[in-house]
Amino acid sequence: MGGFVSRGFKRRRRGGAEQATRLPPGQYAEPGFPVLTAGPTPRIDLADWRLTVEGLVARPRSWTWEEIRALPGSSYEGDIHCVTRWSKLGTSFAGVSVDTLLEAVEPLPAATHVVASCYGGYTTNLPLDDLQGGKAWVVWEHEGAPLPAEHGGPARLLVPHLYFWKSAKWLSGLRLLDHDAPGFWESLGYHNHGDPWREERYWGD
Amino acid sequence: MGRLSWRLAEVAEVRPENARVVTLVLQVPGWDGHLPGQHVDVRLTAEDGYQAERAYSIASAPAGSRVELTVERLDDGEVSPYLAGELRKGDQLELRGPVGGYFVWEPDRGGPLLLVGGGSGVVPLMAMLRRRAASGGHVPARLLYSARTLEDVIYRQELERLEAAGDGLTVTLALTRAQPPGWSGYARRIDAVMLEEVGWRPGERPLAYVCGPTRLVEAVAGHLVALGHDPARVKTERFGPTGVP
Repeated sequence: MGGFVSRGFKRRRRGGAEQATRLPPGQYAEPGFPVLTAGPTPRIDLADWRLTVEGLVARPRSWTWEEIRALPGSSYEGDIHCVTRWSKLGTSFAGVSVDTLLEAVEPLPAATHVVASCYGGYTTNLPLDDLQGGKAWVVWEHEGAPLPAEHGGPARLLVPHLYFWKSAKWLSGLRLLDHDAPGFWESLGYHNHGDPWREERYWGD
Repeated sequence: MGRLSWRLAEVAEVRPENARVVTLVLQVPGWDGHLPGQHVDVRLTAEDGYQAERAYSIASAPAGSRVELTVERLDDGEVSPYLAGELRKGDQLELRGPVGGYFVWEPDRGGPLLLVGGGSGVVPLMAMLRRRAASGGHVPARLLYSARTLEDVIYRQELERLEAAGDGLTVTLALTRAQPPGWSGYARRIDAVMLEEVGWRPGERPLAYVCGPTRLVEAVAGHLVALGHDPARVKTERFGPTGVP
């Protein structure tokens, strides 16, 4: 459909050159932090909170709230990108690197994929490679404050190099598998992988 | 399933809904239909090649190649001022979709339906009500719709008509900012008491769809769960300046 021009449409947002290079195709910079969820926000008592990493691992285990916060901390400073087209530039989160959790459970060689599951029933799937090597976190702080419930608190997954629906809110577990298993949005028309730089928004993109 | 390809739609009609809201009636050649509640991506291209994309809920029930989008103009927005100010009958518009497979309702999903909307969040709910009416709908449905003033209520006359049909739909308005003289309806934001008065009892197991600004959606979904409704039957969608500009 090359060559189509929307009669009378002109650019109104003027980002700098830096913003232009930081925004993936089809995205715009959003100063706020929009909330998008498919259902009610679950209220989770920290005394009952657990994060379980299991499946194809040598030593499956669960962490309590106190235990996970005692692990070596790790933070992310950078950009996030939502498939609904907003990007938030220069934000920060703190928690623990997924690498730290994986070291503790020792993934088996057969493990290739991960399904993240959540309080409230949400799931999302990722290749194990996308969670390893300093690319993914479990976070409970946003810009220095406790992560609000509507943004996924007590703790959410953070995989900032993929569209933000992969950064599952209210995370309760990671299950390592030897095959891929599409999650909630991945079964409802959204792309299985979700790389914003390749605009992997929907099935077939 | 194949790629959702961009299509060139033609504007068949621009219908003002109120001072800030218009409905674009589009003819979309090759449109394969949609489910009420789904949205489309719209892409605008400037002469210099600059593009802007946004998502808009579909307002119409499935009807051949005709698709209606209802757009609220946000003055600091980039796309909505064009769609709700510049676009004229006969213009063309690129879109692709339909998108979204969760916040959807078809008559075979049953009910009773509890639809709760705030502002232009009523748009996908209207697609469901139109689908219900077109199907000869006997699924009992209740719409609770919050707007700032009576003038801000979108689809007001059509909602009155649909309710007057007497087929099991009730429409309840909550006017949060100003009310006309003699107004006897709700004059506050949607709260738990209102949901208990208007909504179904949890034992009736309604299917709830909640769409609007984040503050409304978070509050209403939280109240419904606290009242005893099954969280798995409460579906939410954001609409407005911080959701889908």
